[in-house]
Amino acid sequence: MSQYKLIHCTINGKEVEQMIDVRASLTDLLRNDFHLTSVKKGCEVGECGACNVLIDGEAFNSCIYLAAWADGKNIRTLESLTGPNGEISDIQQAFMEETAIQCGFCTPGFIMTAVEILETKKLYTRDELRKLLSGHLCRCTGYENILNAVEKTMKRRLGIPTE
Amino acid sequence: MSIVGKSEIRVDAFDKATGRTKYYEDRIPGGALYVRIKHAEIAHGFVKSVDTSEAERIKGVVKVLTCFDVPEIDFPTAGHPWSMDPGHQDVADRRLLNRHVRYWGDDVAVVIAQDEVAAMQGVRAIKVEYEALPFVLDAQKAMEDGAPQLHENAPHNILKHTSIRKGNYEEAIKEPGLIKVEGWYNTPTVQHCHIENHGCYAYEENGRITVVSSTQIPHIVRRVVGQALGRPWADIEIIKPYIGGGFGNKQDALYEPLCAWCSTQVGGRLVRIDCSREETFVSNRVRHAIRFHITSWIRPDGSMAARKVDLFSNQGAYASHGHSIVAKAMGSFPQLYPCDNMECDAYTVYTNIPAAGAMRGYGMPQASFANDSNIDECAHAIGMDPVEYRDRFIMPKGFEDGFSKNVNYYDSHRECLEKGKELIDYDRKKAEFALDKGPVRRGIGCASFWYNTAVWPIALETTSNRMLLNLDGTVTMQCGETEIGQGADTAFAQMAAQAIGLKNYRDVHVISCQDTDITPTGLGAYASRQTYVAGFSIRQTAEILRKKIFEYANKLTRQSVDNMDIVDGNVVRKGDGKVLISLKELAMTAQYNQQDSEHITAESTFTIQNNAYSFGCTFAEVEVDIPMCKVTVKNIVNVHDCGTLINPALAEAQVHGGMSMAIGYGLSEQLLFDQKTGRPLNNNLLDYKLSTFMDHPDLEAAFVENPEPTSVFGTKALGEPPACSGAPAIRNAIYNATGVALRTLPMNPHNLFAAFTEAGLIRDSFEEGK
Repeated sequence: MSQYKLIHCTINGKEVEQMIDVRASLTDLLRNDFHLTSVKKGCEVGECGACNVLIDGEAFNSCIYLAAWADGKNIRTLESLTGPNGEISDIQQAFMEETAIQCGFCTPGFIMTAVEILETKKLYTRDELRKLLSGHLCRCTGYENILNAVEKTMKRRLGIPTE
Repeated sequence: MSIVGKSEIRVDAFDKATGRTKYYEDRIPGGALYVRIKHAEIAHGFVKSVDTSEAERIKGVVKVLTCFDVPEIDFPTAGHPWSMDPGHQDVADRRLLNRHVRYWGDDVAVVIAQDEVAAMQGVRAIKVEYEALPFVLDAQKAMEDGAPQLHENAPHNILKHTSIRKGNYEEAIKEPGLIKVEGWYNTPTVQHCHIENHGCYAYEENGRITVVSSTQIPHIVRRVVGQALGRPWADIEIIKPYIGGGFGNKQDALYEPLCAWCSTQVGGRLVRIDCSREETFVSNRVRHAIRFHITSWIRPDGSMAARKVDLFSNQGAYASHGHSIVAKAMGSFPQLYPCDNMECDAYTVYTNIPAAGAMRGYGMPQASFANDSNIDECAHAIGMDPVEYRDRFIMPKGFEDGFSKNVNYYDSHRECLEKGKELIDYDRKKAEFALDKGPVRRGIGCASFWYNTAVWPIALETTSNRMLLNLDGTVTMQCGETEIGQGADTAFAQMAAQAIGLKNYRDVHVISCQDTDITPTGLGAYASRQTYVAGFSIRQTAEILRKKIFEYANKLTRQSVDNMDIVDGNVVRKGDGKVLISLKELAMTAQYNQQDSEHITAESTFTIQNNAYSFGCTFAEVEVDIPMCKVTVKNIVNVHDCGTLINPALAEAQVHGGMSMAIGYGLSEQLLFDQKTGRPLNNNLLDYKLSTFMDHPDLEAAFVENPEPTSVFGTKALGEPPACSGAPAIRNAIYNATGVALRTLPMNPHNLFAAFTEAGLIRDSFEEGK
C-alpha cells in the first residue's frame, strides 16, 4: 500500500497540489501543510466541532475527514473570510460586537458553520438555529451570544430589522 | 469621562474572530519530538517491570523512559502561591512518572519519538508488569478500617480533616419543638472540558529550560517545574500564550514538569506533550465529588437552632489542591445561613480515581447544591415559601466574617433575590404551576450562593504591573494576571486607561502573553480574583507613571507637578484644563532629548490584605416530564452583586458561561468509573454530557451593582460565582414541580427514575391527578 498520495484541491480560493500521508486527517493537512491554524483540535474524533471547515459549502469536522478525500474539493477555513486588505466579514464583526468570543478556541468552527447557515439565505427561528449550531461545543459562552450573533447577521443579510 | 463601566469590545476579539490568535500548539516550531504517555491500566498497584524493548525498535522512536528513570523527588502540583511556612505548603505526593500506580490513567512511562504515530505505536508496544492491589473509589469507603492505603502518611486515606465548632450543638438540639431536616447530598466527579486540551512544549537554551504551556498560572508552574526536576527555580522559564479555556484545570502544574524533564533527557531538544481529550478527562484534574450530610434543627418559625454538616470530599489519587476546596465549601455554611450552634467536619480523602483540583467554584457548586437543597427542605417543612425563607434567614446586611474580615456592606443577598424574583415573575408562575397535576408539571425554584473574591488571608495575595509610555502616547502594560478567555486583558486595559488618564482603552496595549523571564510576578488566573487584585497594582503603577510624566512635563512647561492631570492622553493644568503637552509629544521629547533622555516607565508590586464577598442567586423554571424522567429548563436567571461592572457586556457573557456549566452540572455531567476495575467509562465528549446548544433556554444575567469599598474600581469576584447556584436552583424547581427532594447530581433520567419511583410518582399506569 502506498502511504503517500498526491491530491489537488482548492483551499481558501487557491488551487493547490499536495503530497499527503493517506492516514492524515484534513485537520493535519490544513494545520501542518498550510499553517491554517484557525482549524483547532479539541477532540480529534468529531465531537466538539473546533476543527470545522467548509467542504464544497458544507460544514465538516475536518478531524474525521481524511486528507485523501479532499482531492478535487473546495475547502474553506476561517482564514478565507478575511479579505486581502484585512477586511472582515459581517459574521466576524457580529461575533466581536455581540461578545460571542471568549477564549476563542471554538470560535473558528462556529463561524464556519454560521457561514454555511447564512449562505442558505433562509430565515430560521432561534430554535432552528440552535439545532443547526449544535454540532459545536463551547464551554465559555453558554452559546447565548453566539446565537445572537448568528441570528442578527442572518436577519441583516435578509433585510429584516433587528432591534 | 469614564472608560470603566463601558461595554467595550474585547481587545483580543479581532484576532480571535479571524483565527490568527496563536495558542500553544500553533506556536510549536518545526521538528519537535512527540512525547506520548503510557498510562496505567490498573487502578492501584505497583509497577514491577517495564519492557521497553519492542517500543524502542519502532522506527522513529528516540527514547523510552519509565517510572524507574525519573528523579526520586516528590512534588506538589496545586496552583497555590508558595508559602514560606512549611506547614502551609502543598502536599508533595507524586513523581514525574509513578511506580506506585494510584489510579487508572496514572503516568508510568513515556515514549519520545520523531512523529506522533511512532510515539503512539511506541506507547502501545510498552509492556508493563504490575503487582495489582485492591482499590477504592468512594471517599467514605476509603476511610474504613482495612481500606486500601494510597499514601503512606495518610492513615485511613485522610489527607486532612478540619472542623468548625460554634456555640453548643448538642445542647441546642434539646430545645423543645424543633423540626429536624436531614439528608445526604451527593455531587459527582465532573471535568472542566475547556475546548483546548492542555499541552505544552519544552526545550533547553543556555543551560536553562523553557516551557511554553497552556496554563493559567505561569509563575507558579515555574516553581513547580523547578521543584519536580530538582533545579533552581530561576533555571526555568514558563511562557503562557493565549489559552483555550482553563476553568481551574490549568490552575495546576499538569504536564509541564514531565515535558521539561523529557527535554533534558534528549539533550535539551524540543519536545511536545499534547493531551488528547481522553487524557484530559482522566489524567489532568477533575472537580471533587463531595458528599454532604446535613442535619438542620429549625424552630416552627423557620429559624435555625442548630446545624450539623459533614463533608466527605473525594480527592482521588493525588493531593493537588487538596483540602482547600472542601474547606472553602465548609466555610460557607456558617456564613450563608448563619446559625449560632454548628458542628461541621470536613474530610478530604484519597481514592483511586483521577486527582481532583480546582474547578470553577472551588467547592461552592457542591456546597451550594447541598446547602440550598436542604434550605428548601427547611422551608417546605414549615410550609414557608422558599424565597421568603431565604429572605428571612440568609446572611444579613452588616454581617462580618471574623476570619476573612469580609463585610456584607450592602444587603446583597436580598437585593439579588428581589431582582431575580421580579425578572422571572416568580409569584405569578409559582401560583400557576401549583395547578399542574398531570404527568408533565412545571416548577420554579431558586438558590443563593456564597463566594469570596480572593485568597487572603489564607495565602499570599500579590499583584505586579509594568507600564511603558510609548512614543505615540499610548501605554504598553504587563500584568502578572492572565487572560484565559474570561476577558481579563480588556478589563485591565479599561482600568489602566482610566487610571492613567488616556482617551481610550485601546490606548493601553496589554501584553497578553506572560513570560516568567520578563513579566512581573503575579499569581495568574484563579479564585475569581484577577480584576479585583490587578486593580491595586494598576492604580499604583499608573500613579508612579503619572508622577514621572508630570516631572518631565514640569521641565518642559514650567508648571507645577501638583497642578497637573492627564485627561484624554494630554497633560493638562488642573486649574483651567489647559492642555500643556500631549503624551505623544512628551514621550518623543523625553526619549530623544540629547541632554536629558528618558524612557518613561513604571513598575510596582502591591500586597493585598483584603478580600471581598461576592453574592448572588439563580432562579430557574422547569418542566418535568415525570414518566419520561426528563427535565427541561424553560427559564433561568442569574443575579450577581459583583460590585461595579468594569465591562457590562463581558460580565454578562461571563455569567452566561457559568450558567451553562451549572446546567450541565445539574442535569447531565458526571465522570463514571467501572466499579469492578476503576477504569473510566465516559472520558470523551460524546459519552460525557456537557451542555450543548440544545440543552438550555436563553440565559439571563442581571446585576446589582453595589461598589465594593475595599476595591480600587469597586469590583469583586465574577469568574466563578455564576457556576455555583444553577444546579440547586434547578433542583429546587423540580422539588417545587414534583414534591420530590432530589439529593443526587446529576438530575438525569437515570437518577430521576429512581427518585420518582421511590416517591410513587412512576407506576405502571399514570393516573391523572394523583
